[in-house]
Parts: sequence; C-alpha cells; structure tokens
Amino acid sequence: MTVNRRDFLKGAVAGAGAAGVTAAAGPASALQRPTPELPPEAVGLLYDSTLCIGCKACVAACKDANGMAPEIHRDQRPWNQGTWDTPQHLSADTLNIIKVYRHGTMEQKDRAENGYAFIKRQCQHCIDPSCVSVCPVSANTKDPKNGIVGHDPDRCIGCRYCVLSCPFGVPKYAFNDPFGRIQKCELCNHLPAGQLPACVDVCPTGATLFGPTRKLKREAERRLAAAPGERLHVPRGDIEGRVGGERLGHDAEAARYQDHVYGESELGGTQCLMLSGVPFDKLGLPTDVPDYGYPAEAEGIQHTLYEGLVAPAVVLAGLAAVTWRNARGKADGRPGDADDGPDSGDTGGGP
Amino acid sequence: MSGGSGHFAPLGGRLFTRTFAIASVLFLVAAVVLAQRFAGGLGAVANINDGYPWGMWVVVDVVIGTAFGCAGYVMALLVYILNRGHYDPLVRPALLAGLFGYTLAGVAVIIDLGRWWQFYNLLNPELMHGDSVMLEVGLCVLAYTVILWLEFAPAILERLGLRRAERIFDRGMFLLVALGVLLPTMHQSSLGTLLVVLGHQISPLWQSQLLPVLFLVSAILMGFATVVGEAVLASTGFRRPLERDLLGRVSRVMAYVALVWLVLRVVDLSVRGAFPLAFDGTVQAGMFWVEMTLHVVPLLLLASPAKRNQPPVLFASAALLLAGGIVYRINAYLVGYDPAGGTWAYFPSVPELLVTLGIFGLEVALYLLFVKKLPVLHRPEAHQA
Ligand code: SF4
Ligand code: SF4
Ligand code: SF4
Repeated sequence: MTVNRRDFLKGAVAGAGAAGVTAAAGPASALQRPTPELPPEAVGLLYDSTLCIGCKACVAACKDANGMAPEIHRDQRPWNQGTWDTPQHLSADTLNIIKVYRHGTMEQKDRAENGYAFIKRQCQHCIDPSCVSVCPVSANTKDPKNGIVGHDPDRCIGCRYCVLSCPFGVPKYAFNDPFGRIQKCELCNHLPAGQLPACVDVCPTGATLFGPTRKLKREAERRLAAAPGERLHVPRGDIEGRVGGERLGHDAEAARYQDHVYGESELGGTQCLMLSGVPFDKLGLPTDVPDYGYPAEAEGIQHTLYEGLVAPAVVLAGLAAVTWRNARGKADGRPGDADDGPDSGDTGGGP
Repeated sequence: MSGGSGHFAPLGGRLFTRTFAIASVLFLVAAVVLAQRFAGGLGAVANINDGYPWGMWVVVDVVIGTAFGCAGYVMALLVYILNRGHYDPLVRPALLAGLFGYTLAGVAVIIDLGRWWQFYNLLNPELMHGDSVMLEVGLCVLAYTVILWLEFAPAILERLGLRRAERIFDRGMFLLVALGVLLPTMHQSSLGTLLVVLGHQISPLWQSQLLPVLFLVSAILMGFATVVGEAVLASTGFRRPLERDLLGRVSRVMAYVALVWLVLRVVDLSVRGAFPLAFDGTVQAGMFWVEMTLHVVPLLLLASPAKRNQPPVLFASAALLLAGGIVYRINAYLVGYDPAGGTWAYFPSVPELLVTLGIFGLEVALYLLFVKKLPVLHRPEAHQA
C-alpha cells in the first residue's frame, strides 16, 4: 500500500505539473493510458457550418425518427400550441439541435465580427468516450466495429454520471418522468439497415453528410484546401452513395474556413467532424482541450491503483496481519496500554 | 468492535426528548417530499437539471455525509492498526457516526438514482464496468456499510446478552477492522477521482490529478473533526466527564492532518500555476478563500498545546474543519463546475433541502436511540487514562 501510494503521488505530482492550468495538448502524466484507435469501420457525420442554412429540417426529422415530443419554451406556452418546436438545448426530447452564433449587426454569414453562423449539436461519437468510460453498469457502449456509441436503458441505473462527464454535454435524463431514462443520439442505428440517419436524410444542402469517418475527414480536408470562392462539388446523403442510395450533389462556393477539422484531434478525436467559418469556441465547442480523452487520465489513475485488485488485496493482507497481531498481543495479557486489553474473558459482563 | 464488554454502557434515560421530537418531525416532512419524488420524478421536487445532473443529494448526502462517516475509519486506523489501545473510549461512538453516515448515504443514493428499480445491475458481474470509478465507489460504499454494521454488532449482541455470538465476532474482528480501513481508503479517494474525468468542466482551482489524495486526506481530517466534535457535544449534552486528555492527543493528530492537506493543496495549486485564478474576483475565487480560511484558522487555534485542551477551542476547531471539508467538496463538485453545452444554473430547491434535513434528522434520532439503549458510550468510571 505505502509503496503504491508513494509511487502514485510521484506520478501525480509530475503529471499535474506537465498538464498546466489549461490542460494543454500532449500526454500529461505517467499514469495515463493510451488513447484507443479509431474503429476499423468507424462511421459518423461531417457537419459543414458554412453550408448550413439553419432550416432545422434535421431537428424535426430527428424528433420524428426517435418519436419525441416537441418542446415549447415557457414564454411561448400561451400561444404556441405545440406546432412549433422550440428547444433551447439538447434534452431527453431533443437529440439534435441547431444553434446560432450572432455578433453585432449580424450582416454576414460565417463571419465572427458583425456576423452569424449555425452549429449543429448531437453526440460526437467520441473515439475515447467519457460516457462509456464512466458508466458503472456498461449501459453506454461503443461498437467495436462502427464505433457508434449506444445506450441500453435496461442496464442503466440512472446515476447520471454520463450526463455530468460528457465534455460535449450530450446525454440527457428525463427529470420529469418518474421512470425517466437517458437519451442521446445513437446515430440512428435503430432505423432499418440501409436507411440514412434522419438528420442527414433531410438535409437539403449536404451540410450534414454521413459516411465512414476516414472518408469524411478527407472530404473535409479537400474543402479546406480549396481557395475561398472556388467552385466545389458538394455531395449529399452518404458520401459513398451507398446508404440511402445515390443522391445528387450540388456546386457551392468554398467558404472562408477556419483552418481546422473539429473533432480530428480534440479529446482523442471524434467520429463526427465539423467545419466552420467562425472560430469553434464561438460556436460553444470546447477548444482549449488536450488531444487525449479525459478517460485516459481517470482510468490511468484507476488502473494504477486497482489493476486486477492486486494492490487492494496486498494491502488488506497487511492490515489484517497487523490487527491480528495486535489483537493477539492484547489477548495474551501483554501490558502497556492505558486501558486493559479487550477479551480478558469473563470480567465485566452485560448489565 | 473488540472494545470488550463492560467498558461501555447504555446511557439510559427518556427517549422522547425535544431533540428527538424535532428530528422525527424533520424526517416525516422529508418522507412526504419523497413520496412526490417517486410519483413525479426527480424534477418534481429537485432543481437538478441537464446542466447540473448532480445536486445536494449527491454532494451533501453522499460525498459529504460519508466524509462525516469517516469517524469510524480514522478511529479504527488509530486504535487497531497503530495499536493505540487507549483511544478505546472514543471507538464505539465514532463507529456509530460512521454507521449512520454510510447507511443514510446509501439511502440517499437510492433516492437520487434516476432508475433506482434497476439498482441491482451494479451487482451483476456481467454488467460491471471495471474502468468506472462510479462502480468502485458504489460497491465499496455498499461493502463498507455492511462492514460497519458487523463491526458494531458486538454492541447489539452484548445488549442482547448473546455472549457466545459476541465472542465469535471478536475473533473475526481483525479482518473486519482491516476491511474497515481498506474500503474507505479506496472510495474516499475515489470520490475525488470521480471528478478527474470531468476535465475542463472543473475549474483549475479544483481540477487536479491529486484529487484522490486530497479527498482522502480531507476525509481523514473530517473523520477526526467528527470524533472530536461528537465527544465534546456528547459530554456537554449528556453531562458526562470529557475525555479531555485523550481528545487533546487526538486533536494534535488532527492538526497535523490539516497541515498535510493544506501543504498538498497549496503545492498542487502552485505547481499547476492555478493560483492567479484565486485573485480574479469571481465567485469561484471567493469560495476558494472561504475554503482556505476554514482550514487555516483551526490550525492556528490548535497550534498551542495549552489551548488544545480547552473544550470550547476543541469544539470550535473541529466545527471549522468540518465546515472546511464541506466547502471543499461543494466547491469541487458544484462551485468549480462549469457545465458543457449551454448556460445552466443550480441552487437547491426547498423540498430538496428538506430531504437532506430529514435524513440528518433521522441520523440524530437514531443516534439518540442507539446511545440510550445500547452500550456505546464509555463507562465514566472505567477509565483513568
Ligand atoms: S459526445 Fe458525449 S455522449 Fe457522445 S460519445 Fe462523446 S462522451 Fe459520449
Ligand atoms: S446514467 Fe445510466 S448510462 Fe449514464 S453512467 Fe449512469 S448508469 Fe450509465
Ligand atoms: S443521427 Fe439520428 S439521432 Fe442522431 S442527430 Fe441525426 S437524426 Fe438525431
């Protein structure tokens, strides 16, 4: 125990030093476990904010596909009869949401100064997902092949640790239901095979594209490589044209992109990627983050201390030996303690 | 524990005192709120939400409640492992504090679980997820609660006059004590590790890889403070002589633990370069200084050996240290936490507070019941240490 604890302290101090206040990139600690690889057939979404027109067709389609009720903001209750869905955040009734960034006069799209931009939020299907790492009963799982992060309500005990720990604020719990459950986007894996995720299916501009993460990344890099204003052919639906059938793409002018594919490296990388014309932190995404997932740190500590329960077993044996010796020493009537030893037999007795 | 029969005696006396009545009423009020919670869902009574999915019930009833419960842990640590037989008079009361702290934390967990009817999944080996800190905390707390009841069983058996059963317990006690030290060491540190995975969602004033160590040391500190505070209270409340000499020594150890915690905390903050954040005038910075003050002041109070023996000073420093531990945990879990994805706020609702108060009331009522009916407190004439 003492040895372990001491080694652990050493590692932790060194790690804390290297991590720095802002948790800058790079491995932070000797305790850290490596980040997993992208699964072989990883699929995901590519959301291009510059192509999004904010029509919210995907929000409505997602609700349809998942059988979820519209959310009406409190202020609108008197007049909004439920025909207009107006969620403010992701919730147990909203797995997908379009939010808007606005600044100043909002003259121009995809510009930080006096501009505006859209952002789609749903599960990122992380390569090293916190929600899976923290779940005590394996209710959140990552498919080893396609990497989709799913949830099984029959396992979940409702501790809401996943709600707390997801760095993107994705899993949500139905607080107003006595038998509430966790809800999150599962990339529409409940739909029949061969059907596109609902949000992709309805997207008119190809702003939300489905496909293998590796291909989506190449597509994103192609767009970043184009000069602003250059004509680009933009696909729709499945980038491979397989799931949901072949679709017509369209031509668009390449935007003035931020030179980064969001999700490529953040927190160990995610299977859903994003492109944007305004800095990603303005869209409410965490940017000042390490390039490894937080589970790498937390599980590292856990493994160091509890791997195979060896350390606890050794410590327990040591503790038991010491207490046993002490107890026996006293039973033998060894003097020396202020109070006389316990178990001196038949003296005393109950009241 | 193997404290031996005859050293401890039931306090006796009337059970239905005013304190007992108030505690019972608080509990009944909480029961009404809980009926609403189970009928209408967590949101029907609590202010927790999708930004702050953990509120009072987790942070106060579980994280803070079990830290109070560490009284039994630190006493076992001192008395049995370090073979200091002379802390004996404090053992059973400390054990009792632990017993209630943990049992009621367990009750709070069930109340707070969103899918409580599937709780048993935690015990299903096929579903257990070994990487999850939450699994370790859950199982450890559960196991330790059982251990505490077993450790306390001799007091009940003694009362029932079951001498033979009592002796069997005494023989196996060394194993129970060893487990009683190991399990809290594991899960009290893990209550800190729980936050590591939250990464940037916790302010650098609290987020650290040292969290497990800081939480463990802080839990030991709160355990000592509970022992000292409880001893002073029991002696004034029940008009019994104070184990003054003994408490003086315990509080000296307590002061050292407080010093260790402060040094660790300050070194960790400076190594990570997080100190500037303590001066940026935010609520977080303010709460950080409250936390610091509550640890430094009692340390100064306990610095002189002469003062250390005075009951008012003892009580004040124990109370301040407990407050410090409470604030540290609230800071780390709630104040220092910035939820991802949106603007969220949380402040406990009145019904939420009533449940916490009710659980506390139940704790007090049970404590009174146990010390009056069972041999828990040390027989005044049995010690001349
Ligand atoms: S975004 Fe959140 S919910 Fe989705 S996989 Fe990552 S950690 Fe899990
Ligand atoms: S709320 Fe459910 S899915 Fe989320 S961590 Fe807890 S048990 Fe797992
Ligand atoms: S993949 Fe399905 S569940 Fe996920 S955001 Fe799109 S429509 Fe909603």
